[in-house]
Amino acid sequence: MGKRKVDISKHELVPEHIVLSEEEANELLKKLNITKSQLPKILASDPMVKKIKAKPGDIIKIVRRSPTAGVYYYYRVVISEK
Amino acid sequence: MRVFQRTIAGIKFGILSPEQIREMSVAKIVTPDTYDEDGYPIEGGLMDPKLGVVDPGLRCKTCGARAGECPGHFGRIELARPVIHVGYAKHIARILKIICRECSRIKLPQEKIDEFRKRIKNARKIGKDEEVIIDELYNQAKQVKVCPHCGAEQGEIKFEKPTTYLENGRKLTPSDVRERLEKITDEDAEALGFDVEVARPEYMVLTVLPVPPVTVRPSIILESGERSEDDLTHKLVDIIRINQRLQENIEAGAPQIIIEDLWELLQYHVTTYFNNEVAGIPPARHRSGRPLKTLAQRLKGKEGRFRGNLSGKRVNFSARTVISPDPNISINEVGVPIEVARELTVPVRVTPYNIDYLRKLVKNGAHKYPGANYVERPDGSKIRLDKAKSVEKALKELDVGYIVHRHLQDGDIVLFNRQPSLHRMSIMAHEVRVMPGKTFRLNLCVCPPYNADFDGDEMNLHAIQGEEARAEARMLMRVQDQILSPRFGGPIIGGIHDHISGAYLFTKKETKFRREEALQLLYIAKMYDEIKKLLKEKSEDGYYTGKQIFSLILPEDLNLRYKAKVCKKCETCLEEDCPYDAFVVIKNGKLIKGVMDEKSFGAFAGELLDRIVKDYGTDKAREFLDKITRLVIAFISKRGFTTGIDDEDLPEEAKQRINEILTKAEEEVQNVIEMYEQGLLEPLPGRTLEETLEMRIMQILSEARDKSGQIANEYLEKIEERGKLNGARIMAISGARGSLLNLTQMAACVGQQSVRGERIKRGYSGRTLPHFKKGDIGAKAKGFVKSSYKSGLSPTEFFFHAMGGREGLVDTAVRTSQSGYMQRRLINALQDLKVEYDNTVRDARYVIVAFKHGEDGADPARTDWGKTVNVKKVIEKVISKRG
Repeated sequence: MGKRKVDISKHELVPEHIVLSEEEANELLKKLNITKSQLPKILASDPMVKKIKAKPGDIIKIVRRSPTAGVYYYYRVVISEK
Repeated sequence: MRVFQRTIAGIKFGILSPEQIREMSVAKIVTPDTYDEDGYPIEGGLMDPKLGVVDPGLRCKTCGARAGECPGHFGRIELARPVIHVGYAKHIARILKIICRECSRIKLPQEKIDEFRKRIKNARKIGKDEEVIIDELYNQAKQVKVCPHCGAEQGEIKFEKPTTYLENGRKLTPSDVRERLEKITDEDAEALGFDVEVARPEYMVLTVLPVPPVTVRPSIILESGERSEDDLTHKLVDIIRINQRLQENIEAGAPQIIIEDLWELLQYHVTTYFNNEVAGIPPARHRSGRPLKTLAQRLKGKEGRFRGNLSGKRVNFSARTVISPDPNISINEVGVPIEVARELTVPVRVTPYNIDYLRKLVKNGAHKYPGANYVERPDGSKIRLDKAKSVEKALKELDVGYIVHRHLQDGDIVLFNRQPSLHRMSIMAHEVRVMPGKTFRLNLCVCPPYNADFDGDEMNLHAIQGEEARAEARMLMRVQDQILSPRFGGPIIGGIHDHISGAYLFTKKETKFRREEALQLLYIAKMYDEIKKLLKEKSEDGYYTGKQIFSLILPEDLNLRYKAKVCKKCETCLEEDCPYDAFVVIKNGKLIKGVMDEKSFGAFAGELLDRIVKDYGTDKAREFLDKITRLVIAFISKRGFTTGIDDEDLPEEAKQRINEILTKAEEEVQNVIEMYEQGLLEPLPGRTLEETLEMRIMQILSEARDKSGQIANEYLEKIEERGKLNGARIMAISGARGSLLNLTQMAACVGQQSVRGERIKRGYSGRTLPHFKKGDIGAKAKGFVKSSYKSGLSPTEFFFHAMGGREGLVDTAVRTSQSGYMQRRLINALQDLKVEYDNTVRDARYVIVAFKHGEDGADPARTDWGKTVNVKKVIEKVISKRG
């Protein structure tokens, strides 16, 4: 394959990933009445996490296409590997 | 009562040290005998009274409690020589391989050991698997030939299952092993994953054996008065006996060989005491030849302590018997034999309001129905009402605050279940109807959710004992509340078989009834209100149509349009003007057009039933199902309905046409084969030439079968139009039972037989059977069955058919076991997930799994076949309101 790099975010099966700002993150946690540890996790080494430059502790909003609901938002907290 | 609440912060596992074992021991067990001649337990024996009490009336010599209160106390056996604990044998082998034979240090430089210690500590803190790190250490250290600490040359350690270790081919005694493990420093042990506070490596070699209390291994007294000891006791006797002999021999200074032999025997007994299914050694057997059930066997497997006694247990207040059908009871009910009703009880607290009623029940006693089996005093003690004397006593005593355990009666709510309990509809709440007979009776409409039939099926019934449970069952679990399946958002309970064909015949255009007939039907169906309604209606020259009578049950404001099951799927649908009466129109609760069939109120498919449950509620739906099934059953019983081989009779002309088509197809197959042989066949994209040929042949033959089926159906229809009832066809088109394919196979042509999705190719070299030439790949030679079931199969066809049939049987057998295991694992993984009130799906730690259940937050049981909004339904509602 060599040097050619593929932009994975352009792939049709990769949904949009957005890093939440501090306020947005707090708002979400408040709305769900949870702490960060109760969110689904995503590894910092995940290619999409690296691509949007999210750091451990950040919350990522994933915009998925859903066959039942049209758009579905999923939130995951970035965790470091160790 | 004061309640103390504590949260468990964690559980720590360790290995018992010899000191701990001695500390918790209340008796040193030394003699292999259990009882003396008078039947009293010997002190220092395995039944030492200090180990606890099992016999009622006696008091424990250690704690003073009575049998049942005393939990039992451990004893110990001091082993004459150490033995390996089989459960740790593998672990010991691993450690022996990575420590020095001389100094017992890990065969790695000090820095490395420190590094591993740190990594393990870290992994433990963040809850990561430390096994991986220990594996790494093991792999690095096992190869080292010279100890980096003392410079000693290392031997090669070999582990021979189950409990032998060899160093350079020389046997290591458990004493040697223990010595080495003892020398491991605490720091090194930590690097090996040990928490030295609770588990030192040498604890894995036993010097003292704990003896479980008698409560763990109770002896049973046989009818003959003989005592029969538990398997564990037997095993412990063996251990003590050999231990004693070993001790004596050592003290007498016996030769080394004798001592070693006895030592090994001791090891064998201790090994089988822990686990009698260890690979490599024969299992210890009972005198009768049955392998003993020792510690590991008590815990393991489906009937073991965990799966058999902790995750699932046997219950009281339950009954099991054969089921049989009763179309006259409601879907909510279950027929219970009097014998069962007399045995199962419901607790009722005595109040001033019910005391007279309960007194009557108590007076009847346990044997006369309806009565009661027990009277429970406020202090919890019970009087059994099986004797006239005790009944008298209970009657005198009975007062407010007592609890009467009365017999099961009509209207009680019970849980009813059929295994395998694959979905929640496998356990539903029914109302009791006590009746004569010895079987449970159930309405035919509830067969689909239980997947029950009456070829000998048995079902379980549980009498509910508490008010909360009773309320839950009544509110959530009743059959009528389970009509809609959460699997696909449609009814899973509904008409089957005769209900469907009955309704089809009942609502056909031609079906008419004289007034008397109509009234009789309604009376049989217990539709008394509908009788009044019918009498108010106009009859057409003295006749009521089936549709008219059917409409009596429909809610008055119901509007519905859909295509029935009998729909022929014409290119342009004429809707109301369908010539086959296959388009159902219900206007203001009147069935105007269309026939009732599987799509109207059948299980899994009923559109009409679906609409009634969703728009009018479950009470109406239950009433509808009860009435409609009784009505059509009454009708079809009176009218008569049958099927036989003459339902597949075809006129000569039809047979000729079918034969023509099949012969032509066979010729066509021959042509394609010729083309293939001449190399004229073009391969399909992505397929080899041979695959292309096979596909073409399969296609030609299946088309031929379909066509012959169509012809058969055409003629059967014609015959029916001339007025002859054809039960088989009616069942197929209305969806009651069977399909048009089944009809085709019976009347026209069975078709291609297959094994593994291909035409049959196995058998002899180059051919399937010796009846054919080698290399013949024509239709006949590869399993095409031209005959119909009715005309009969030729010998070769029969053989191919058996091959295909065998595959089907094997497949189902394999599939059920595989899907069963898959389901078990799925349930284990998903059992704690729950939809919270904020619509999120969370696990037991409240960690979010999904932010909205199903991404749209919809309850599938309340959707229209999975769709959150049914646009068609909304539009129709609006239009019908306007029109």
